[in-house]
Amino acid sequence: MLLIHCPYCDEERPELEFRNMGQAHVVRAPDIANQSDEDFEKFLYIRENPKGVNYERWRHIHGCGRFFNAVRHTVSDKFIATYKAGEPKPSLDGAAAKPAKAAKTKKGDA
Amino acid sequence: MAGANRIAGKGKLTPAKTVRFTFDGRSYTGLEGDTLASALLANGVHLIGRSFKYHRPRGFLGAGSEEPNALMDIARDGVRKQPNVRATVQELYDGLKSTSQNRWPSLEFDVNAVNSLGSPFFAAGFYYKTFMWPKAAWKKVYEPFIRKAAGLGVAPTEADTDHYANRFIHCDVLVVGSGLAGLLAAKAAADGGADVILADEQASLGGALKHETDLSVDGKSGVDFADGMIAALEGMDNVRLLPRTTAFGYYAQNMVALAERVTDHLASPDQSLPRERLWQVRATKVILATGAIERHMVFAENDRPGVMMASAGRTFLNQYGVAVGRRVGVYTANDSAYAVAFELKAAGVDVPALVDLRKIVDEKLLLKARELGIEVLTGHAVIKAGGRLRVNSMHVQPVDGGATRQIAVDALLNSAGWTPSVHLWSQSRGKLVFDDARGIFVPGEAAQDVVSVGACNGTEDLNVLAAEAVAAGIAAAGGKGKTKVPIVTGGSAAGGMSGSAPGAGPDDVVKAFVDFQNDVTAKDIRMAVREGMHSIEHVKRFTTNGMASDQGKTSNMHGLSIAAETLGKPIPQVGLTTFRSPYTPVTFGTIVNHAKGPLFDPTRRTPMHDSSAAMGAVFEDVGQWKRAWYFPKAGETMHQAVDRECKAVRTTAGIFDASTLGKIEVVGPDAAKFLNVLYTNAWDKLGVGRCRYGIMLREDGFIYDDGVVGRIAEDRFHVTTTTGGAPRVMSHMEDYLQTEFPDFNVWLTSTTEQWAVIAVQGPKAREIISPFVEGMDMSNEAFPHMSVRECAFMGIPCRLFRMTFAGELGFEINVPAHYGQAVWDAIYAHGAPLGLTPYGTEAMHILRAEKGYIIVGQDTDGTVTPQDAGLSWAIAKSKPDFVGIRGLKRVDLVAPGRKQLVGLKTKDPKTVLEEGAQIVLDPKQAIPMKMVGHVTSSYWSENCGRSIAMGLVESGFEKMGQTIFVPMPDRVIEAEICDAVFYDKEGGRINV
Repeated sequence: MLLIHCPYCDEERPELEFRNMGQAHVVRAPDIANQSDEDFEKFLYIRENPKGVNYERWRHIHGCGRFFNAVRHTVSDKFIATYKAGEPKPSLDGAAAKPAKAAKTKKGDA
Repeated sequence: MAGANRIAGKGKLTPAKTVRFTFDGRSYTGLEGDTLASALLANGVHLIGRSFKYHRPRGFLGAGSEEPNALMDIARDGVRKQPNVRATVQELYDGLKSTSQNRWPSLEFDVNAVNSLGSPFFAAGFYYKTFMWPKAAWKKVYEPFIRKAAGLGVAPTEADTDHYANRFIHCDVLVVGSGLAGLLAAKAAADGGADVILADEQASLGGALKHETDLSVDGKSGVDFADGMIAALEGMDNVRLLPRTTAFGYYAQNMVALAERVTDHLASPDQSLPRERLWQVRATKVILATGAIERHMVFAENDRPGVMMASAGRTFLNQYGVAVGRRVGVYTANDSAYAVAFELKAAGVDVPALVDLRKIVDEKLLLKARELGIEVLTGHAVIKAGGRLRVNSMHVQPVDGGATRQIAVDALLNSAGWTPSVHLWSQSRGKLVFDDARGIFVPGEAAQDVVSVGACNGTEDLNVLAAEAVAAGIAAAGGKGKTKVPIVTGGSAAGGMSGSAPGAGPDDVVKAFVDFQNDVTAKDIRMAVREGMHSIEHVKRFTTNGMASDQGKTSNMHGLSIAAETLGKPIPQVGLTTFRSPYTPVTFGTIVNHAKGPLFDPTRRTPMHDSSAAMGAVFEDVGQWKRAWYFPKAGETMHQAVDRECKAVRTTAGIFDASTLGKIEVVGPDAAKFLNVLYTNAWDKLGVGRCRYGIMLREDGFIYDDGVVGRIAEDRFHVTTTTGGAPRVMSHMEDYLQTEFPDFNVWLTSTTEQWAVIAVQGPKAREIISPFVEGMDMSNEAFPHMSVRECAFMGIPCRLFRMTFAGELGFEINVPAHYGQAVWDAIYAHGAPLGLTPYGTEAMHILRAEKGYIIVGQDTDGTVTPQDAGLSWAIAKSKPDFVGIRGLKRVDLVAPGRKQLVGLKTKDPKTVLEEGAQIVLDPKQAIPMKMVGHVTSSYWSENCGRSIAMGLVESGFEKMGQTIFVPMPDRVIEAEICDAVFYDKEGGRINV
């Protein structure tokens, strides 16, 4: 079971308290009513499915109830960062973007 | 002495403490502390089961949880019985009843053993090749036959009466395994002040120290050292010792699942105790000290009962005082098997020969063998085991060729080498690297905060092991603690091999078993490779090697080596199959735990539930809710009851429990602005005290939910949702409020369970409820349809809605939930003499269908727009934005030919259509017919005196009066498209 840091509660809590809410940073246009077909298609249907770093929305549904964003590595399942809704994407240094390596310890590193 | 094969003075058990048990109906005596396996062996029982595929006679292979053969059915009584229990793990208790499996009619004579004679048909891939055709035969002939012939135990048929417990726990250090490495690591971490959990799958701690009696640690015997360490750990407040506890799963962020067997070893367990306890441990640091598992030698007929692993022979002798035979042969490719030969000989057991595959062997071992009078045949192989129900000889041949010598034995202990138990390490996603020199996989890079120590880390030298374990413990405690490293002498496991030994082929008739539980032989692996399976994952699935309930603990390395050899490739290039949880089988009870019966899923009951039940209501499940479905009187069928309820609502009045409706309080200066965005309707001009039917869309333009919204104050709305939609509508609203419109000054509160809602509907509704209402004018003029007032109802604060889902003069009385039952009872007591009739959800559905009111999720399916549903009027034309505004303009959503919701009248008024039935325009067309829609709602309407239905039909609005057809299996039903409102189209009954 994953532990997820809620940026509003500022606590690490088990994943059972959370629900994934799909891709993050999908912008709903202010003048959505007049959006072109192409742009609306992108907004409505086109989603990333990366092998690697993924920006996604989560909700602390059985906690504070807040929606927030997270950067998660889809291979290792590791959360690189979580941040409040409306905040810009955090800048990831090289190490963080490859958490599969970053968090590893060497054998016998006891 | 409990058992003829018990050796006086050997083992840790007390001869006086005897225990009675049965195996296949026969009574035996064992000792307290025995496993079922050791007790059977003490009584000379080697034949304990039949193999999975060939039904070959089988005996014990090992002495621990890796055992592939000795699967038993253990029964306490008719209900509490469990199949496939490993006899080597099951502790003996007085009165234990065990039964062998997969044999008929008896263990000694098994009819299906003919499978073994016809075994070419059961070779690798047999199932895939043989049972392919004809397809129809699979279900009726092949599958039942295979299931019966190739079975494990029989599952109990009754519900488990035991209960199971669940604990979550955090600790600084979790140590898995309590052999020398585990004990040292745990002690070092605990000395350093860390909170330590030490778990071991065995009944007592100590691991191999309990039977490797040639070891000495700091001058003490291994057993004494272990006992001293365990006593010290028991005395520490920061240590929790968990024997009988298997770490079976390693998950993300150092979450490890443990299964503790609490009562399976007790003769009459305290009923208050759980049978097993699931521990969900979150550890800062995990130390794996899971040891190594011995591999058997792969040679012809190596599965004869009495052919066992060397370490098993040693465990039975030194821990349980049981000799596995009177004339025991030993066959090895490494040093560790010498000890058992020496110990057996010293205990007075005849050891006619020790066969070593290696030509060069440590001189000290050879010298000791000579001293004890054991003949050692180096550079020799056992090419075949003789005997059928019990091994009676070993056929020995020099590895370079030469004459075969047959040596009589009644047990044959063998050891190919040791496989590090990297299962949990691998589950933690740690990398494995292949040690070429020793032919084993050992832990490489870690993926989590975990370290492997001891034999599971590939560490053989016991002094290196001790240092490694102590260092890991100290590091896990943050560098604190000064536990000193003990000095270990004795013990060697040098050498070893994997793959097929001489005598395992190439002759394809030879049965040299690799995987005992799934009956996979060396030949099967070679054949799989020949037939094109070049990846180990393919070989595994084709042969089923390693796919039994032991997950290949003894067979995977052999299978891999044989595949690599056949392919002519190095082992790492052939690959390694994935290690998965659970490490050993875990009962369903442990996993299901408390989540069964009433605790499987919450049951939601309305405040008036008991009153409805007392009135005879039959309930239906709606999500987690129990809703009153209908209220039959004595002797009434459902149909009669529902007809009566529907008539009553239209002639006098009905009372209905609408409490399950979702309710959300939307409050704040921007509340109306917020609803403007969430619903298609316009809310600014809705006056205080007025209500409106609202439609909520998704961005794609399809209907998501609907409900009546009342304006309680300028800044306060009482929003209702569908029963099933309440949580998702709340989440949908929160999503937009938090992430799209965070500047809106609005608060949302779910009030579904705060209000009890009593609907009173029908011509007499006003007359019935007026006496209870205080402080307001109930006239049609002062309190018209679609209004809401805050008032006192029986003196209780109330939000009184004038609205109807039945199409009558109607009210919905909202009172605080805990008053619900009292108010319901009082209204009914007063109204019943006036004809007030309770009605349930079935009548409610019919009444609303008579009026053409839709139910979201029944008449809509996530592809229906408001226009499709005939609700265009509910879309505000002048709003700049609402959720779904752009979606509604999509090309396909405005294209002609969309399915539209219309009424359907069958030509025969007595015929009721089936909901979900498909609609066609021409019933005579060729199959497959073009389907133009389907029936969404259909009922018998007593009020209309005929059947009524609604359906989604292509361009339905343009087809009014046209005939459509509903083909059914036995006939075609004709119906006419009509308006969806079947009753009181003008609404005259509502506005009175």
